Amino acid sequence: MSTLKGRNLISITDFSKEEYIQVLDIAEGFEQNPKQKILSDKVVATLFFEPSTRTRLSFESAANQLGARIIGFSDPGGTSVQKGESLHDTIVMVSSYSDLIVMRNPKEGSSRYASEVASVPVINAGDGANQHPTQCMLDLYSIRKTQGTLENLNIAMVGDLKYGRTVHSLVQAMCNFNATFHLVSPQELKLPSSVKMSIKNAGLKYYQYTEIKDIIPTADIIYMTRVQRERFPDPMEYERVKDSCILSADMLKGCKDNMRILHPLPRVNEITTDVDSTPYAYYFQQAQNGVYVRQALMAAILGVK
Amino acid sequence: MENKKEMVVSAIENGTVIDHIATESVYQVIRILGLEKYKDEVLIGNYLSSEKLGRKGIIKIKNKHFTKEEISKIALVAPFASIINIEDYKVVGKFRAEIPDHIENFVRCANPKCITNAEVVPTKFDVVDKENLKLRCHYCEKFTTKETMKFAE
Repeated sequence: MSTLKGRNLISITDFSKEEYIQVLDIAEGFEQNPKQKILSDKVVATLFFEPSTRTRLSFESAANQLGARIIGFSDPGGTSVQKGESLHDTIVMVSSYSDLIVMRNPKEGSSRYASEVASVPVINAGDGANQHPTQCMLDLYSIRKTQGTLENLNIAMVGDLKYGRTVHSLVQAMCNFNATFHLVSPQELKLPSSVKMSIKNAGLKYYQYTEIKDIIPTADIIYMTRVQRERFPDPMEYERVKDSCILSADMLKGCKDNMRILHPLPRVNEITTDVDSTPYAYYFQQAQNGVYVRQALMAAILGVK
Repeated sequence: MENKKEMVVSAIENGTVIDHIATESVYQVIRILGLEKYKDEVLIGNYLSSEKLGRKGIIKIKNKHFTKEEISKIALVAPFASIINIEDYKVVGKFRAEIPDHIENFVRCANPKCITNAEVVPTKFDVVDKENLKLRCHYCEKFTTKETMKFAE
C-alpha cells in the first residue's frame, strides 16, 4: 500500500522523490493492465471551472477504466457557481457527494484552498498559471520510460521558460534526480530567477542558450513549449524571435539515439510535423501516459494501491 | 531612557513607545495599527534627532500594549523599530520588532489572480527573505515584496 492514501496533490513539491517513484511504479502496472475495476465503489468529482479537453478527458478516462463513478461539470455555466456560490460552499457540498475531488480553476491557489476546506482529498488539475502537478508526473513517467532512469540526465527545455508552468514544475521535480538543465529561450522568456535558484540550491547546473541547435548533441530529453504571441508587449519582438524556438526534423542530425522530444501539447508550429515520424517524437505517447499516471494517483490516494 | 527635560515628546505613565521608526514609515505605522481611531493619548514625533538613524520617528501610545500580530505589522513597515513597554513611567520591557517566519491575515497577496483576492480567504505567507522583505503566498505561491505590499483593511 502506498503512503499516499488520503493525501492531496496540489503542488509538485507536495510529494517526495520516493513518492514520485511510487506513483510511477503503480502507473507502470496500469500501462500493462489499464482496465481494473478497483474503484467501483468510489465516486470521483471532476470540477472544471474552466474548459480543458485533454486533462479532463484523461482524468475521466482514467477513473472510468478503474470502474469509478464520475460526477461534476466541465464548465461552471448552469451550476450554482454561476449563481454566485463561493468556492468554499461548492467544495464543502461536493465533498459530501464524492470520495475524491479533481479540480481545475483559473484562480491561482484555489486548489490549495479547496484542499483545506474539503473533507476528501483534492487533486489539482491546474490552478491558473500556478501548478499542474499531474502534467509534471506524466512528464516524469515519460522521461523514465524513454530513458530507463530519471537519474543524471541532460534535460533541454525550449520556448517560453518564463511563463510555462509545466517547465517550472518539471525543473523542480528533476532537481531530485541530479539532472543538468539546458535552457533555450528568447531573451524575454528566460527561466525566472526563483526557479534557477532551486537548481542552484540543489547543487545542480544549468546552461542558457538562444538557439536550439546548440543543445542537440547533448540532450537526452528536449522538452518543447509554445511561445505565445500575447506574451510579447511588442509584436515586432515576437516576429524577431518566433522562429528561434521551432524544431524541425533536419535539425535533429547528430542527436543522441536515446533522445526523445516531449511537449505538454497543444502544439502550434513549434515542432514541425515532419518531426512526428522520426523515432525521436514522443509527445503523443506522452499524452497517453497521462491516463496511467492519473489512474495511479487516484488509486494511491484512494488507498487501493 | 531619555532625559525628561530634553524630551520633545512627553513621557507616558503606562503604555507602549515605538521608537526608532524610519521617518517615512511613521504614518504607515499609525495606519496599519489603526491608531487614528484609538480613543486615548497618542503622541507622535517625527524627524527627531537620532544617533542610530540620523532622523527618526517615535510614537507613544497611552494604556496600550500590542499583540504579537500587531508587532509583526510594525516589523513589516518599520523593521528597525524598538518596542518599549512602559508601566508607571518606567521601562519594563524593550525589544526590537522582529519579522516573523509566517504572516497570516493582514497582508494582501500582490497577485491579482490569487484566490485570496477573489473570495473571502484569509491570507497566509511564508517569509522567505526577511532582509529584502519577500513573502511567498501559501495559496498561489507567488511573491509579495516590500514594493508590492498592501495591508488588509
